[in-house]
Amino acid sequence: MGYTILVFVKQVPDTQNITGEAMKPDGTVNRAALPAIFNPEDLNALELGLQLKERFGAKLIVGTMGPPNAAEVLRESLYRGADSTILLTDRAFAGADTLATSYALSKCAEKIGNFDLILCGRQAIDGDTAQVGPQLAEKLALPQIAYVEDVESLSKKKIRARRSIEGGYEVVEGPLPCLLTVVEANEPRPANAKNIMRRKKSMTRSELRKAHADANYTDAEMLVDEEEKLKAKGLWIEELSAADVGAEESRIGLKGSPTKVKQIESVVLRGADFKRIDPSEDGINALMHELIEDHTLG
Amino acid sequence: MAEKRGNVWIFIEQEGGKIANVSLELVCKGRELANRLGVKTEALLLGNGVADATETVIHHGCDKVFLVEDEALEPFTVLPYAKSIVDLVKKHKPNILLFGATNKGRELGPRVASELLCGLTADCTDLKIDDFDDKINKKSYKDKLMQIRPAFGGNIIATIVNTWEDPQIVTVRPGVMKLAPPDKSRKGEVEKVAPEITDTEKVVKVIERIRKEKDVDLQASQIIVAGGYGVGSKDNFKLIEGLAKAIGGDVGASRAAVDAGWISHDHQVGQTGVTVRPKLYIACGISGSIQHRAGMSESGKIIAINTDPEAPIFSCAHYGIVGDLNEVIPKMIKAFKAKV
Ligand SMILES: Cc1cc2nc3c(=O)[nH]c(=O)nc-3n(C[C@H](O)[C@H](O)[C@H](O)COP(=O)(O)OP(=O)(O)OC[C@H]3O[C@@H](n4cnc5c(N)ncnc54)[C@H](O)[C@@H]3O)c2cc1C
Repeated sequence: MGYTILVFVKQVPDTQNITGEAMKPDGTVNRAALPAIFNPEDLNALELGLQLKERFGAKLIVGTMGPPNAAEVLRESLYRGADSTILLTDRAFAGADTLATSYALSKCAEKIGNFDLILCGRQAIDGDTAQVGPQLAEKLALPQIAYVEDVESLSKKKIRARRSIEGGYEVVEGPLPCLLTVVEANEPRPANAKNIMRRKKSMTRSELRKAHADANYTDAEMLVDEEEKLKAKGLWIEELSAADVGAEESRIGLKGSPTKVKQIESVVLRGADFKRIDPSEDGINALMHELIEDHTLG
Repeated sequence: MAEKRGNVWIFIEQEGGKIANVSLELVCKGRELANRLGVKTEALLLGNGVADATETVIHHGCDKVFLVEDEALEPFTVLPYAKSIVDLVKKHKPNILLFGATNKGRELGPRVASELLCGLTADCTDLKIDDFDDKINKKSYKDKLMQIRPAFGGNIIATIVNTWEDPQIVTVRPGVMKLAPPDKSRKGEVEKVAPEITDTEKVVKVIERIRKEKDVDLQASQIIVAGGYGVGSKDNFKLIEGLAKAIGGDVGASRAAVDAGWISHDHQVGQTGVTVRPKLYIACGISGSIQHRAGMSESGKIIAINTDPEAPIFSCAHYGIVGDLNEVIPKMIKAFKAKV
C-alpha cells in the first residue's frame, strides 16, 4: 500500500503589476481584476508530492479553497500528474484571513481522512504570510516541518526531511502524519501533454451544470448520468461546500477572521529632496565634498 | 470597571545564546508601545543554558524576562516552543505579543496564534497604537495595535487590526525598527519558568544541523555600496568592492546580481534579502524595483548611479547620477581619496 498525500494549493492574483484599484472598499482583494496564476511555491509543493509518488508510491490528492474558477489550478495539477482533486468553494468562505482559511482547510482534510502527509507551499505571493501551513498543522494537531527543501526518506512511521534554516540547513525526522511547507528548492515539472489530452475535460459539478445550461439542456437525469461517466473516467473535480465539510459558520469567511483591514494605501514614492549630480569630475568632487562636510562620510 | 490591560511581550530569539538583532529591535519598539499604553514590557527567553542573555534584554528596555529553560528547547523545534509560549500566554494574558519575522518567528507565530485563536499579522514594517472603528460590524475599539505591513508584493501598505481577544500577535521584519543603545544601569526582574513539555511535543528530532555565520551583517552597516545587474559581470563587482573599501562601507546587491552568481545571498537587499537603514546607501546599476526599494528606502542618504534617467531608483534617491558606473565609481574613489 502506498501513501496518501494531500497537497493544498492556491490560485493567486499575479502581484507583479497591480495598483490600488484592485482593492475593494472593505479592504479585500478584487481578484477578478488581476490575472490568476498557480501560486509559485505551491508548484514546488506539488512537485515534491509527485517526486514522492514516484519514489515511494502514493496517491496524490490536490485541494484548494477558492472561487469556482480556482478549478483551473486543479486542472493544472491533474496535467502535472495529480490523481484526484477537490475544490472547496462557498460564498461563506469569502474574506477569510489565515486563521479562517486554515480552519476551513482542516475541515476539508478531516473529510478526506486517512492521509499520511500534507504538503503546502511555504507562502503565497498575494499575502506573503507563510501562516496557513503552520496554522493548518495546529488545527489538525499534526507536527509541522517548515521550509522543506527535500525529503530524504519516508517509511510508514517516519519522514526524514531536509529544511532550510537561517544560515544553513537542518535534517529533521518526524512521525506521520505530518505537515510540510515547501520552499523553492526543486524545479516544478511542466504540464504533461498526454495528461492534458486525457484530463482537459475534467470539471466540477458547477461547471457541468453550466455547460448544460449553456447548451439549453434540461434533462436532470442526463446530468446525473454524465457525472457518473466523468467520475468513471477520472475527470471529476470534487466540489465541496462549507456544509459538506462540516465547517462551523462562525469560524469561516469574514466572520471567522480576527484580523480586519483598517486601511489600504498604494505605495507612493517619496519625493525626497532630490539633487541631480553631474557625472563629471567636478560634479562628483562636489558631491563627495558635501558628504564629508555633513559627516556622512569620512 | 474595565479589565486591567495586559503587558507587551517580546519573543526573544537566540541561537547558541546569542540574541537575534531583531529581538532587541522589538524590545525597543515594545518599550515604546508599552509606555504609550501604560503597561510593562516583558520578554520570553526560551532555550537551555541561556540565562546570561537576560541582562542584554533588560538593558534594552524590558521590565521583566520570563526565562524558560529545558533540554527540549535546544536545538529549536517548533512544538516545544509553541507549547511553552501558549501556556505562558494563557496564564498571564499579555495585550501584545511580538515575534521577529525570521524563519523561526514565521513558523512559531502561526502555531501559537492558531492555538490561541488569535489574529496574526505577518511581516509588519510599522506598529502604532490607535483607535479602530469597525464600520462593517459597527463596533469601536480603543487603543488597539495598528499592524502595518506591505501586501501584494509590496504594491500596497495595509493597516490591520486584531478584533478578537488579546494578545494581538504580529511578526515584524528584521531591520525596520530602530535599535536604541542599551542602558547598562537598567534593572529588571527575571522569572524562571519550568515549561511543561510532554512527549507529544518532542516528536520532531533534529538529526543534523549545518549553519555558518553570514558573510556580512548588512543590518549593522552604516555605509553600503550595492551593485545590481548593471555591474555587468562577477569580475566587475570588484569595482563595487573597491568603492566600499575606499569609503569604509560594506557591499550590498540586488537580487539580479545575486541570481547571476556574482555575490552571495547574504549580500542581498530587499524583500527577500535584508532590510537595511544605513547612513549612506549607494545603488550602482540597480533599477530600483519595488522589492529592492522595500529593503533600502529608509536609508539616511541614497545615491543612485544609473545610465537610465528613467530608472525608478531615482524616485527614492537623494542624489542621482545619470551615468556609467564604470566611469563614475573610479571618479568617486579618486575624489574621496583626495579629500581625506
Ligand atoms: C517575490 C520577489 C521578491 C524579490 N525580492 C527581491 C529582493 O529582495 N531584492 C532585490 O533586489 N530584488 C528582488 N526581486 C527582484 C526585483 O523584482 C528585480 O528583478 C531586481 O531587483 C532587479 O535587479 P537590478 O536592479 O540589479 O537589475 P535590473 O532591473 O536589470 O537593472 C539594472 C540596472 O542597471 C542599469 N545599468 C546598466 N548598465 C549600467 C552601467 N554601466 N552603469 C550604470 N547603470 C547601468 C540599467 O539602466 C538598469 O536600471 C524580487 C522579485 C520578486 C518577484
